Order: sequence, then C-alpha cells, then structure tokens
Amino acid sequence: MKELLAIVMAAVLVNNYVLAQFLGICPFLGVSKKLDQAAGMSVAVIFVMVLATAVTYPIQNFVLNKLGLGYLQTIVFILVIAALVQLVEIVLKKYIPSLHAALGVYLPLITTNCAVLGVCISNVDNYMGVTAFAGSFVQALFNALGSGLGFLLAMVLFSGVRSRVDKCKCPECFKGMPITLISAAIVSVSFMGFAGLVENLLG
Amino acid sequence: MDNPIVIAILVVGVIGLLCAVMLTIASKFMAVEVDERIPQVRECLPGANCGACGFAGCDGYAAALVEDPELSVSLCVPGGATAAASIGKVLGREAGDVAKQVAEVRCSGTCEATSVKMDYKGLESCAAAKLLFGGTGKCVYGCIGLGDCAQVCPVSAIHINGGLARVDASVCIGCGLCAKTCPNGVIAIRPADAHMVVDCNSHQKGAGTRKSCSAGCIGCHLCEKNCHTGAITVTDNLASIDYAKCDGCGKCIEVCKAGCLVALNITKAEVING
Repeated sequence: MKELLAIVMAAVLVNNYVLAQFLGICPFLGVSKKLDQAAGMSVAVIFVMVLATAVTYPIQNFVLNKLGLGYLQTIVFILVIAALVQLVEIVLKKYIPSLHAALGVYLPLITTNCAVLGVCISNVDNYMGVTAFAGSFVQALFNALGSGLGFLLAMVLFSGVRSRVDKCKCPECFKGMPITLISAAIVSVSFMGFAGLVENLLG
Repeated sequence: MDNPIVIAILVVGVIGLLCAVMLTIASKFMAVEVDERIPQVRECLPGANCGACGFAGCDGYAAALVEDPELSVSLCVPGGATAAASIGKVLGREAGDVAKQVAEVRCSGTCEATSVKMDYKGLESCAAAKLLFGGTGKCVYGCIGLGDCAQVCPVSAIHINGGLARVDASVCIGCGLCAKTCPNGVIAIRPADAHMVVDCNSHQKGAGTRKSCSAGCIGCHLCEKNCHTGAITVTDNLASIDYAKCDGCGKCIEVCKAGCLVALNITKAEVING
C-alpha cells in the first residue's frame, strides 16, 4: 500500500510528466487558457492514460516480448492507443452522453498525445520483469493514474498562473506565447523543489 | 515463415485488423442516431457562437430547435431574417420577422466632454475600475473606456476611441454580449434602422450631469415637449426614445441644448419636412 502511494506521489510531484519530463507540452500550452477547459482535458488524459496502460502493458508482456518484437513497441502502442480512444469515444457517446459532451472535444486531441505514449513506454521500462506480472501490472496502473493526476495538477496550476499573467502589463515583445513559455519554465523550476520528497517521506 | 520481418508484419497487421474489426462492430452497434435535421439547421445559422439566442452556441440552438417544436426560429440575431427563413424552411415552420439590431454605446463622454477623477493604474478592465469609487470618470453612469465590451465582442466591432467605446454598426451583429458585460449598463441594443439615439446614460439631476460632463442629458424635457409623435419621454432625468414611434423628423436635435441626441438615419430633406 505504502509502495503504491509512493508511486502515485512520485508521479504527481517528482516526475511530473509535464513539468519535469516535458512530455505533453502541446495541450499544456494550448488548453490551459481557461480553468474549466484545462480540468476537462486533464480528466480525459487521466482516463486515457490508465486505460492505455491497462491494454498496452499486457500486449508488451504477452505478445511483443514473447515473440521478441520489443522494437515494435512504439508503432504497436500508438496503433492500440488510437483505436482505444476511438472506441472509448463511441461507447461514451452511446451510454454516457453527458460525459461525452464534457470530454468530447478533448478525447480526439489526446489520441496520440506524447504524454500518454510516454506513460505506457516508461511503465514497460520501469516495472516490467522486476516482479511477477500481476504485481508489476498494478504498479504500472498506479503510475499511470499518478501521471494523469500530475498532468491535472500542472494544468490547473498553470491555468491559474496564465490567467494572472494575461491580466498583467508585460513588455510588448513578450506578449502571448513568449511570456507563457517563461511562466511555464518558472512553474517547472518550482517543481524541482519536490526532488527527493518521496524517498525521504515514504522511503 | 521464420523470417522475423514476416512475423513483425503479421503481428502488427493482426493487431491493426483486430482494432479495426472492434471499431467497426462498435460503431455499428453503438451508433447514436442523430436527427438529420440538426446539421441542416446548423447550416442555416451563421456560426458566430455568440449566444444571443440564449443557447450554448449555434450547435446548441440547432439541437434545441429540432427537439422543441414550440421554440421560435427567429432567436438568432446575427443571422437575422435570412437565417430565420431558411430554418423555417428546413423545419416547416413559419418564420417571424427579425429586425437587424446593433449595439449602441449610450455615452458621449469623450475626453473633451468629461474628465477623469483619478489616475487609475489598476487592472485594464472596466469591471475592476468600477469597484473603485464607481469608475475612473467623473460621471459614474458613463463609459469607463477600458474596453471590457471590445474584448467580448465576437466580431471586433467595438473600438475605444477618445476614452469612449464606439460600435461599428456595419460590423455589429447585435448579439448583446457587450450589453451584458458592461458594468455600467451603458450599452443597449437598438434597431439598426433607428432614426435617433440618446447617447447618454446619466440619471443624475441636470446640475450634477453638467458638472461632470458637457455632453450629458440634463433632463430638460425640451425634446419631449417638441416631439410631435410622442416618442421621447424623460424619466429619471434621462431622455429615452421609443424607436417604434420615432419618425426621424429631427426636431429634437434642433432643440437639444446638451447635444446628447444623435441623428442616425435621417436625411436633411427629412429634417426640413419634419
């Protein structure tokens, strides 16, 4: 239990996908203008990350590794994730239209999001083969959940920062994307303060 | 068969095929029936997503129109009569009359006519400035001029000119977002073919208005007395025009001492004849 908590905490704060590993920057900069959009996008990302890990991890273990085709990982994962997101969209549209209306715009956007692919690949790299399949599969799922929550945290924090920055007067040459990138860098630096937190707290 | 390339191709091919079959089956069995009239109605709407109809964008209005047969087809202000008529055609309903409407900033308080009472350095937002002693200008009813309306305008019809928001009536689609945003309620929606407008929003008594602005309505009742159609009424020290009654004779402008009445659609001949 403590170990799983450590995995989630590490994924949210220390190895935050956006702010520490710089994956998924395009939605981070594109959809962080408004808080409700940022939150909607993040919930969709959490959902897809967990689901994608749940499907790709067994595929890597039982298909690719068994046949010695580990090098096909990226192609197969992208294919599976894209199909999966489409399927989720169809199912949501049919059975939970309200959730589809809320996530609808963002689901196709994250079809081939690098953060989603990154989580799946790093799960395989970090957990596969260390322990028995069942144990490592659960760890991978929790890592995916933590990564999604980390994305949510980064998006919500940054949409707050951005709404403040937009209201401020800044030099003409910095207006728009330059000041956004600078603020993103400063938010990212602030997350370096979490380094070593999990090891000392729960280790 | 032992060739690793063949195995790789087969594996990826089979996985891709499985995904494709799964998606095909899913889209067949879980297809949601969309009323084919919704996209047709959506085509008739201008797509400005301004929300003037009271629904969440043009898609929302199109869906609501198809679902609710009682709903009026003429709620779209930007689309006007053409949109209403084409929607009516798609849905087989009568289209009512829609007059083109535009926004009007009811204030003449330019930098020359009025002045500021503070050196405001805060947020560039009328709503924020309004919280400080009722705004930056001497007149608390007038346009603050920091451009909250220009920001929400979906077609960029509003520009700040001389400390005053001005609407470009040829661009304005009459959605009314600016009127909802303005913290002073200066902006009103008027028919595009109105003859006269009162460009003042001050409810102060005449002397108070004079102190703060040289172009404000002082509530002298001269226009009301001289209007032969009875279109102008002065309530709470401010003249207002019933656009339906006004025939654009221009008499009110001749007698107005403050200069807050503005002629829009009258020709000189009309003034003389009236």
